[in-house]
Amino acid sequence: MTASATIHSEATRQQADAWRRQTSLRRCYTALGVGLLLVAMCATMWFADEANAGHFFDRLPHILDFLSWLVPKDWNDVWRALFDIASPHDKGTQEFNFPLGRVYIWGGFYIPEYFELMLTTVNVALVSTFIGFVFAVPFSFIAARNLTPSPILRLIVKRFMELLRAFPEIVIAGLFAAIVSIGPVAAIIAIGLHSIGALGKLFYEINENVDMRPEEGLRAVGANWIERVRFADLPQVLPNFMSYTLLRIEINVRISTIMGAVGGGGIGEELKLSISRGFGAKTLALVLLLFTTIFLVDQFSAWLRRKLVREQAFLMSA
Amino acid sequence: MAMTADEISAIEDRHPQIFQRPAYKRFWPLFLIAGTVLYLAYALWFFSLPQVLKESHWERLPLFLSQWISYDLQPEFRLDQPQIMPKYPRFAALGENPNPNWVIRNPDGTYTVQIDGEAKSVTFDKTRATIVANGQTVPVSLTGGKPEVTGPVPDWVTVHNDEVVARMGFVGEVRVTVDRVKVRKRFLGWANFVFDTRSPFFGKSAGEVLSLIVSGPRLGSGTSNLELAADNIWNNAQWQHGDVWTKLLQTIVMAFLGTLLGGIVAFPLAFFAARNITPSGLLSQVLKRFFDFMRSVDMLIWALFFTRAFGPGPLAGSAAIFFTEIGTLGKTYSEALENIDDKPREGVLSTGANGLLVQRYGVLPEVVPIFISQTLYQWESNTRGATIIGAVGAGGIGLKLWEAMRTNSNWANVFYMVLLTLLVVFVFDNISNFLRRRLSRTLHDYNRLQAAQG
Repeated sequence: MTASATIHSEATRQQADAWRRQTSLRRCYTALGVGLLLVAMCATMWFADEANAGHFFDRLPHILDFLSWLVPKDWNDVWRALFDIASPHDKGTQEFNFPLGRVYIWGGFYIPEYFELMLTTVNVALVSTFIGFVFAVPFSFIAARNLTPSPILRLIVKRFMELLRAFPEIVIAGLFAAIVSIGPVAAIIAIGLHSIGALGKLFYEINENVDMRPEEGLRAVGANWIERVRFADLPQVLPNFMSYTLLRIEINVRISTIMGAVGGGGIGEELKLSISRGFGAKTLALVLLLFTTIFLVDQFSAWLRRKLVREQAFLMSA
Repeated sequence: MAMTADEISAIEDRHPQIFQRPAYKRFWPLFLIAGTVLYLAYALWFFSLPQVLKESHWERLPLFLSQWISYDLQPEFRLDQPQIMPKYPRFAALGENPNPNWVIRNPDGTYTVQIDGEAKSVTFDKTRATIVANGQTVPVSLTGGKPEVTGPVPDWVTVHNDEVVARMGFVGEVRVTVDRVKVRKRFLGWANFVFDTRSPFFGKSAGEVLSLIVSGPRLGSGTSNLELAADNIWNNAQWQHGDVWTKLLQTIVMAFLGTLLGGIVAFPLAFFAARNITPSGLLSQVLKRFFDFMRSVDMLIWALFFTRAFGPGPLAGSAAIFFTEIGTLGKTYSEALENIDDKPREGVLSTGANGLLVQRYGVLPEVVPIFISQTLYQWESNTRGATIIGAVGAGGIGLKLWEAMRTNSNWANVFYMVLLTLLVVFVFDNISNFLRRRLSRTLHDYNRLQAAQG
């Protein structure tokens, strides 16, 4: 130690001191940041607890009571609720009136109510994602700094998409519920408009990172803006666009479920009713269906995205 | 520049991976488009879109949108009373003693209501009314048991069996029957945004209010004028500033608390879930399925459950976001951990450090900026999501928005809340973007330093 200290020059020691000072200062800042975060966390916890109808520690012992209504007397009722099969417990109340919701296609063949509702929710998500994609693609080319045909147009489109993204969906849904009647169409419009903004932002960020050489090549042979975008940029970005669109489908299935709960039709509405009235078997059946669907959509989209990325890797190496 | 067939085939031979791809690869875009078109046709039928569009009321859209930034007053004049007197609906924007200058009592006993100055107005007594608009004058006789337009009827006037309706566009309308005249006059702006009609400060200009606060006589008993004014603003009955701002704060708190707690819980779990760090492959699989489960049980389900468990309020919303975030952040954290560079870890390991120290000095410096960036992103998106969650009862501004919209009459209040929400989203977006940019710069510097050192 002493030997190395003598070898070290004055300059090295100064460097070491400076380093130590800097790290201790950094540690101070980190501690301060973490401390502030903890204070904010405690304060917000207290605030949330104060503002809530029931308080956390008062309600905690009752959580198990609350869960107990979820457990049905007869577990077979979950399957009966899911597939609209008559239950032996049916006494004319809404809790066990499973066959009432059947949607007959022809003759005795029917789709169980919950599957029909789930289908509505998924269809809302798919159609609104489609709307989002169709508008976001052209908008994204206008909003990308390197591809835009006009800077003023770019600014307008960018602000417009920002507005669509930040505007609360329930307000759009509520507004259109008053125009096209309450139900899935209002939800489609609301989620679709939001998707335009959300996808448009992701898309134009991809566009700003494209390789400009194909574009310059086409410009050199006199291609117009649409031709350049179509043949130079679109092939580069399409796999990424698809990947983000698939992600958006996952998100939109969730949003459309929530929209359902506030009047947008579909499975959300039924779930809200069933939980608020304490129908154990129906709730479990709905949660099971919703969980499975979201899980499957997520897995399918993840699989497709992996395939897309591999495809793109192949194209780039070719 | 024309190429011969030989040249073309030579190019094709040189690039077989472009020109001789298998059929399914060449045609998949076509299949995709055909599939999409078929699906859209099905969706058209499924949502019975033509029917819905036929029954929709698009004429309401401009009306609702105009209500976002305007308010109306609807004085009514009973003609069957001994004396004609204007009557204003209760809780009208004018307060207890309205005496607006656009309702004029003429010396000859008739009333004139100016809807848009002289150009759009109605003058009436018990026997006849004269409606003026668009440069035309329409006399209506009220003596024949039902209102009758004498002379030609312009297209902005509709004659019903017992009522004559004159629509004057944005500024309002006049409805005349034999026993009453009803006027709707529309004003641009938000009525009584600061003080409501019950407040002693109502109807006073900013200067008057200021001088009252600074040096005026006490208006309330026991409180200073400043306190009284603040209280009157906070508890404005029409705009409910206090309630709206509290609910807005709840929404912010829900997103903050839920994301933060989710991050705190997901942080240690992610280390056990990451394939390259976990002590046991089984544990990793179990944790990953657990994250999937938390994510797939939708935020809505959590919100509904916690609303039932804790009662409606921000606690339920925070808990719902918390549970969803464990899944989302756990998944993204563990994916970030799986993508780290193994060299720093091996370096620390080679010095004989124990497990915890390896994570602290070999892994953490690399992933913490990524973790924070992802958490900030989730925080940002949850701030938006918390608005919707609120509408099912999980606290925050969502429920208030939904209730204000359901009545279809309070669009100005809705717009006020929307503006506040937009402001919050905008501010938080910018904070989060700023922090993430700084983080990415730190990360960038760190990488460059490493590259420079070889």
